Amino acid sequence: MNEAFEVRTVSPEETEALGRRLAALLPPGSVVALRGDLAAGKTCLVRGIAGRADRVAPVHSPTFTIVNEYPAEADGPSIVHVDLYRLTSIDEMADLGPEELFDPGDASRIVVVEWAERAEALLPALRVDIALEHAGHDRRRIAIRDHGVLPDGWPDALAAE
Amino acid sequence: MTLILGIETSCDETGVAVVRDGRAIVANEVASQIHIHREFGGVVPEIASRRHTTCISQLTRLVLDQSGPVDAVAATWGPGLMGSLLVGVSFAKSLAYAWGVPYVPVHHIEGHIFSVFVDPEQSDVDFPFLALVVSGGHTCLIDCPRPHVYEILGSTRDDAVGECFDKVARLLGLPYPGGPSIQKAAEGGDPHAFSFPRAMMQGDSLEFSYSGLKTAVLYEMRDGAPSPADLAASFQHAAVDVLVMKTRRALEVSGRTRLVVAGGVSANRLLRERLTTELDIPVHVPPLSLCVDNGAMIAAAAYSRLQHGFVGQLSDTASASMRLA
Repeated sequence: MNEAFEVRTVSPEETEALGRRLAALLPPGSVVALRGDLAAGKTCLVRGIAGRADRVAPVHSPTFTIVNEYPAEADGPSIVHVDLYRLTSIDEMADLGPEELFDPGDASRIVVVEWAERAEALLPALRVDIALEHAGHDRRRIAIRDHGVLPDGWPDALAAE
Repeated sequence: MTLILGIETSCDETGVAVVRDGRAIVANEVASQIHIHREFGGVVPEIASRRHTTCISQLTRLVLDQSGPVDAVAATWGPGLMGSLLVGVSFAKSLAYAWGVPYVPVHHIEGHIFSVFVDPEQSDVDFPFLALVVSGGHTCLIDCPRPHVYEILGSTRDDAVGECFDKVARLLGLPYPGGPSIQKAAEGGDPHAFSFPRAMMQGDSLEFSYSGLKTAVLYEMRDGAPSPADLAASFQHAAVDVLVMKTRRALEVSGRTRLVVAGGVSANRLLRERLTTELDIPVHVPPLSLCVDNGAMIAAAAYSRLQHGFVGQLSDTASASMRLA
């Protein structure tokens, strides 16, 4: 289902809450690709996505380590938090092992990629694209486009508070 | 006399060093230094583990030529970039196996904490103390009652302070790495021109948050065309202010009367000045050459680990997200 949906948030808390609603819709094995400039709220959204289980490690920026993994609860998927901010070429992406990282058959985890535009060619076809934009101070415009991952009726489920 | 070879490959720098008795650097090479770049005929770029692979043997040869045979081999086994860590760990284990000497795995943060121990100017440093570890990947306050016993009192909820310097530098159009360029841009700027937020100051929290500070700088830039010097100075003032205030608070909580500072951001002049002048306790800050990732700090920590009976197994492997305590 290739559908798009746009939502506006007015605070980091609202962005995080959107992440929590999205998490409830993401099947294990999903890949979520985030695009947006510095301070657009990407890590904030990831905190929401990861927040559905009581994670052992708190969500923090993976800019330095490139990949953070937050372990799962007994039955849920773990969250793999990838940040391509420091990558300067697609060759460096190849060193991270994209086939493993973006393996849609791996139901043990959900992969969320910040600065996904830096590895456009390596992203899997089945994914959720999210673009975050500044819309004046703490307001953000967040556009979500599904590429065959989310269940039918997901825009309504996301919009429901 | 015990000579230890220390190897650090957790991130961008390839560091190899030999340290005598945990205190004296015999040889110390880091492959992001200019003379190494020259020796290897080019820049040593970011991230890729294969670049660690291409320079680790030559660096090891360089330091062993200066030190002679060693009694143990140590390597950083986490946290860090998995591919990069594996290069150092596998290399160290192979050498230890071939030479029939112990292999000692070291936690990256513990390495940083030990960097002041190899500074000849600071022979008086000893446990117990409070450690402030600040770098591109870490921002934490750690109570260190005795060697290899650590309690994390606080760490960052989002961005590390060094990462915040890097990203704000990018917003201001300044070159990477952000620490030195912001320090330079801030010269002559008014640190009180902008009142940037000091996050998580309420109550007695020892946690840090630097994401909001980055956002606040961005908003100021969008609202007008402020002086870059004033922005840089005000940002640096706010970033350092939080570190100093939280450190003071952590000293009260832990009751420690000695402070050890380490990590790349400990090279920041304002932070060094404020900590050494505002706290009336001994403050140990490594020399600039040991603020960055290096093998000497790993060898120093490994010496202490050996003294305390911690030896690794050849079956031990690296871990990308390893906890210190």
